[in-house]
Amino acid sequence: MSQYPKELQYTKEHEWIRVDGTAGIVGITAFAIEQLGDVVHLDLPKVGAKFKAGESFGTIESTKTVSDLYMPVAGTVAEVNTALTNAPEDITQDPHGKNWLVKVTLEGAPSNLMTADQYQKYIAEASSH
Amino acid sequence: MASQSPLKRTPLNEEHRRLGARMVDFGGWDMPVQYSGVIDEHKTVRTAVGLFDVSHMGELMVSGRGANDFLQKMTTNDVTKIAAGQAQYSALCKEDGCVIDDIIVYRRGMDSFLVCVNASNTTKDEQWLRAHLPSSGVILENESEAYAQIAVQGPKARELVQQIVDINISQLKYYWFAEGKVLGQPSIIARTGYTGELGYELYVPSQGAARIWAALVEAGQKFGGKPCGLGARDTLRLEMGYLLYGNDMDESINALECGLGWVTKFSKGEFIGSKALAAQKEAGLKRQIVGLQMVDKAIARHGYKVFSAAEGGQELGWVTSGTVGPSINLNVGMAYVTPDYSAAGSEIFVEIRGERKAAKVVRKPFYANGTAQL
Repeated sequence: MSQYPKELQYTKEHEWIRVDGTAGIVGITAFAIEQLGDVVHLDLPKVGAKFKAGESFGTIESTKTVSDLYMPVAGTVAEVNTALTNAPEDITQDPHGKNWLVKVTLEGAPSNLMTADQYQKYIAEASSH
Repeated sequence: MASQSPLKRTPLNEEHRRLGARMVDFGGWDMPVQYSGVIDEHKTVRTAVGLFDVSHMGELMVSGRGANDFLQKMTTNDVTKIAAGQAQYSALCKEDGCVIDDIIVYRRGMDSFLVCVNASNTTKDEQWLRAHLPSSGVILENESEAYAQIAVQGPKARELVQQIVDINISQLKYYWFAEGKVLGQPSIIARTGYTGELGYELYVPSQGAARIWAALVEAGQKFGGKPCGLGARDTLRLEMGYLLYGNDMDESINALECGLGWVTKFSKGEFIGSKALAAQKEAGLKRQIVGLQMVDKAIARHGYKVFSAAEGGQELGWVTSGTVGPSINLNVGMAYVTPDYSAAGSEIFVEIRGERKAAKVVRKPFYANGTAQL
């Protein structure tokens, strides 16, 4: 059974997006969190910030490294998960659900994203190298 | 992924893979960065005992008539102050006082020493020492491949190590060592470490290392012991404010600037770098390493710039290391700043992705409850 929900779409940089009309919810995948190790800090944008698809919208830090977060689609930040920024270590629990990062108002349709099946194949290949 | 040259492996490589460690390329070595997780391993070392493979470290043997005088000339600390069986933190400097490496010198006899050096500097240090060898008498041997090194660190380290060594280690003091057998293998058992906790570094023969490691993992379980990776080693040393060569110092920084003044002994007479360092001390330092604590919510990382004000102001220097300290729940690090900002309490700002975040200079160590010297 897949831990990657079918209703989400995925990027090569390991973000996911849940699209409902022009509303999107963006998070990062369990695979990315597993790779990062202990998450100790999240830097997320302010409500109202605008991003292009593929643009860095924040950072996630583990004890060892800082990684950029990339916006899967063009959009404006409508809400930030402040519960999570206050307790970033919680992201390991339910990263595809309640521990989302930002909600966005989409500007244009998502493109070049992967389905859950495609993403699973992608990470299987990434980890076999 | 294909890499240019194959990664070097320690004698414990297969053990790490068998135990499910996550492996990374660490300066050309295939090393475990974590097992159960950096924070879990870190806390294990502070409360119980952790096992680290540090076999990548280099071991240079210096012996023969004149070895004592040779090291007295080559290192910053005073080797005549240590007795046989005693160890000393020290440094190798260039003529200009800049740091080639920070090292531990173990005196095995009047003219017999083991010098433990940083993995990535082993060849460089060996060449530097060899280039300065007197024409006869002193023998320098690179024994790095013959030795594996296992660090056993934490309040339970003594009980654990005692189970596999044939000597009584209860009287072994901080920065002393003994030669004995570990599971029958002739070894050096040193009460040294890089975590701030009671601990030992075992220099064991490479051939027997995997069996010793496995025995420590097994025997460690009843003390709550765990194998640990280089990630936890880094957060542990940072909480103590211990320097890491390559991050906090390099060949462009002199020994006084990086806080090695306490192991730089002008009183012993001339040594390589002493003239330049004495002149620096006289003239005043241009920069100094300091401990920093973030005031704003952010983590300082290696290379971030440090400023005197939230806007404008002057550039004071740069961050050399930074992390979240799992035992102190603070974001801390080290940085070079100009001397006028080096006093504890000085307000500084770290530029993180274009934004200046408030921080303050604090005294090291950040973590004060370590058991290392008890």
